[in-house]
Amino acid sequence: MIEDSLNPPKFTIAQKLLNIHWFFVFLICLTVAIGIAMLYSAANGSFQPWASRQLVRFGVGFLAMIAVALIDIRIWLRFAYVLYGLSLVLLVLVEFMGFVGMGAQRWLDLGYFNLQPSELMKITLVLALARYFHGLTMEGVAQLTRLILPLIMVFVPTGLVLRQPDLGTALMLIMASGALFFVAGVRLWKFALVIVLSLIATPVGWQFLHDYQKRRILTFLNPEADPLGAGYHIIQSKIALGSGGVLGKGFMQGTQGHLNFLPEMQTDFIFTMLAEEFGLVGGLGLLALYALLLLFGGIIAMRTNNQFGRLVAFGVTMTFFLYVFINIAMVMGLIPVVGVPLPLISYGGTAMMTLLIGFGLLIGIWVHRDVTIGRRGGDEI
Amino acid sequence: MNRDVERHKLFNRRSVMLLSGQAVLFSALVGRMYYLQVLESERYKTLAEANRINLRLLPPPRGQIVDRFGIPVASNQKNYRVLLIPEDTLDVAATLDSLGEIIALGPGERRRILRDVRRNRSFVPVTLRENLEWPEVARIEVNAPDLPGVMIDVGQSRNYPYGNDLAHVLGYVAAVSPKDLTGDPLLELPGFRIGKAGVERVHDMALRGSSGSSQVEVNAYGRVIRELERKEGQAGAEVQLSIDMELQRFTRERLGDESASVVVLDVRNGDVLTMVSSPSFDPNGFNRGLSSTEWQSLVTNPRTPLINKAISGRYAPGSTFKMCVLLAALEKGVITPRSQVFCRGYTELGDARFHCWKKHGHGLMNAQEAMVQSCDVYFYEIAKRTGIERIAAMGKRFGFGAKLEVDLPGEKAGLIPTPKWKRGALDAPWHKGETLIVGIGQGYLLVTPLQLAVMTARMANGGFAVVPRLTRSVSQDGVRMERPEDTFESLNLPPRHMEIIRNAMVYVVNSPRGTAYKSRITEPGQEMAGKTGTVQVRRISKTERETGVRKNQDLPWKERDHALFVGYAPIENPRYAISVVVEHGGGGSKAAAPIARDILVEAQRRGSAGAVIPASTPRLVDPVRASSEE
Repeated sequence: MIEDSLNPPKFTIAQKLLNIHWFFVFLICLTVAIGIAMLYSAANGSFQPWASRQLVRFGVGFLAMIAVALIDIRIWLRFAYVLYGLSLVLLVLVEFMGFVGMGAQRWLDLGYFNLQPSELMKITLVLALARYFHGLTMEGVAQLTRLILPLIMVFVPTGLVLRQPDLGTALMLIMASGALFFVAGVRLWKFALVIVLSLIATPVGWQFLHDYQKRRILTFLNPEADPLGAGYHIIQSKIALGSGGVLGKGFMQGTQGHLNFLPEMQTDFIFTMLAEEFGLVGGLGLLALYALLLLFGGIIAMRTNNQFGRLVAFGVTMTFFLYVFINIAMVMGLIPVVGVPLPLISYGGTAMMTLLIGFGLLIGIWVHRDVTIGRRGGDEI
Repeated sequence: MNRDVERHKLFNRRSVMLLSGQAVLFSALVGRMYYLQVLESERYKTLAEANRINLRLLPPPRGQIVDRFGIPVASNQKNYRVLLIPEDTLDVAATLDSLGEIIALGPGERRRILRDVRRNRSFVPVTLRENLEWPEVARIEVNAPDLPGVMIDVGQSRNYPYGNDLAHVLGYVAAVSPKDLTGDPLLELPGFRIGKAGVERVHDMALRGSSGSSQVEVNAYGRVIRELERKEGQAGAEVQLSIDMELQRFTRERLGDESASVVVLDVRNGDVLTMVSSPSFDPNGFNRGLSSTEWQSLVTNPRTPLINKAISGRYAPGSTFKMCVLLAALEKGVITPRSQVFCRGYTELGDARFHCWKKHGHGLMNAQEAMVQSCDVYFYEIAKRTGIERIAAMGKRFGFGAKLEVDLPGEKAGLIPTPKWKRGALDAPWHKGETLIVGIGQGYLLVTPLQLAVMTARMANGGFAVVPRLTRSVSQDGVRMERPEDTFESLNLPPRHMEIIRNAMVYVVNSPRGTAYKSRITEPGQEMAGKTGTVQVRRISKTERETGVRKNQDLPWKERDHALFVGYAPIENPRYAISVVVEHGGGGSKAAAPIARDILVEAQRRGSAGAVIPASTPRLVDPVRASSEE
């Protein structure tokens, strides 16, 4: 273990700050700035009620992100299961104490702010799975019995989230976890098996869906069938996007958004408003920005010398990707409306917090990229 | 450590795979964006405009209808409505309370208002009351500061200032019914009215005008953000009728409650000066909307107030048809004016006996005396000699048996029976006896009061085929579109024959033996000529004839004879032709002739046909000069 002696066990705060991937941080700030501008437009040229509050949240979140980034990666490893357990407890609490918003029980009232435990779970599940796979050897991963525990870790919170009901988050948890299983080295044929099994289970699962979820899926398949009802959102969103054209209608000139034809334009449909006002050019610009963030996420993951960091980094990147893809595909009518916000841009505190903490972890992993960690947690000796 | 290197390699390989997958999905997003924003952009731009721009129609004011002197007989009046915009008031109930202290608001109205407020979005105005009086409007305006959200709106509603005097000619406007919809969006405007009868219906398109439009930007809830463009519509055209409204009113009042109709024509150009059908109705009610009891009483009234009897009522002409029979006989040459027929009270044809109205007969009759005393036997005889074909042809020349195409809906053609018609319609041969019956204007013969007036006008003007004309002009934006001048064809009757007819008609009224002598006009230069007619509506049985025919006043109303009179005045240079039909009125000389006299006196006093009005001069050869040239 001679290499390990080269492994710096501790950095000073200043060293860590220097090591932060500042370009990545800049990209995050740029994206948030675009979001603030869109919220300003959504309020017909006013900082109230969305843009100013979003700015405050970002300020707080930004500090949290940097703080998370500075915490040693090994501490996250140590507390991964604890954090996961806490999130699970909160998810259970939401069952009993949560209040209903937008037709689903998702929120916990914590006095100063409302907490959405399903959002927290997106991060803590990644941490827990990363820790689990970190502790497995290649041979371990290959053993079917070793996969039972992580599967339980995925399905328990997913089941709770589905009960709320929050289809979007449940799907994200499953897909991010699946990605982690995949990059951790689970054999491809096992994935194939799961896919085949779930296809068989789909008709059964359909019956467990709420009526509004079924309706959303059916509406997605044929939105024009119900233009004033459930299909209204998708149709109006497509009209807004399409009418934006190549160059858009101009900042604060979007008719669909400003005349209220677009539903929830400050949250889920904010990409539509951006694409209406800035056209194809604006939409592609934002997409490029996201692609750059994802690319750096991937690079950070691959560049890290410990499996835990790699897995967490990839999990966060995957979660981020799922946010972006699901939201944009949804507003463009490619997939059903599932209520996933556009990351860093949509108005909303919890998703912003989740993402910034996730990015904090990602940056922390970059900072500690050369730390090696033994399978049991401590420095490899 | 080797193990970690291995894991790292596997991780990187699979990460790259997943990241590539992400790149593929991102490309799908880009492709979709390209599809929506470049390929389909035009379609979506149109849809976005359709979303945001609302076209609102501005209804044009309906054109006026005026009489021959320009007096408005159908116009628009301002309809003041009070509206409430619920979102502009904090407390709808309190605002209604304060409004209730100023104008009357019943509890039923209040309930309707609150219901409308609940049903509509808060920026949609709710009508509180319509047809406000001016003092009420003023009171609301003065108290405006205490009435938040309350506003006065001025609409237009159709008004018929003469009420039921001209109802059948004007018709009425009413709400559009589903079968009227033609796709013209104007018709779908709430509160829009279209002509449903009479002139309002015939000239509906001209009176309606064309709608303007206003393009407004609206948001998703339909609230107007701003007006983008406004196009004013074109007001409806003004329609001028040939009616003399004062004479029309006089006539209707003269008829009172009788079930009757009167038509007065200008014999020189066919101008319809008066057309009354009695009893009448108030067309304002149709615009306002009739209650079901009002409607029921109109529909079930046995005197049929809703039917324009002047053009839709069909009657046997009775003795008023005798002029046509005489002219046909003279034209065929089967008689001369001097030929005599002996009347012993009846004539026989085969086994059938045909009675004269005078039981014991008139004795020897020539043409003029037979007309003056309306001897039936004389006309049986000349009808028999002339034959049905010639009589029918003469009737048609005077306008019977076909529509006159006056500008009104519902005109009836009437019927001139011929053997050919009978074979076709009844599949039965013509009997000679039927020719005799037609000779005294009965049998299958059916004519309208308008046709009677036209016949009289054609006789009075010396045999020119005037046609009735109700519309004088249609003016759009001050540009007057006159009806093309009519040139009337001559009926090609020898002036000598026309002279005989006219002389006979003069004597009917002015000879002491004449049936209308009691109704003569004594004013020099205004004397009237004419012919009475009495039409049986029931069959007189043989036993009744032997025991004495019952008098009309002994019969129930429905079985009494129809009373008819046709006439013209003055005798020299005739100007006015009139027909009067009083349903179940009794004898023509008693019930119809006095009415005709009063109306013709009034018409000549007013000089309505001769008054200077900007109108076409009739292109008609002076009948007097035409006859003197003979």
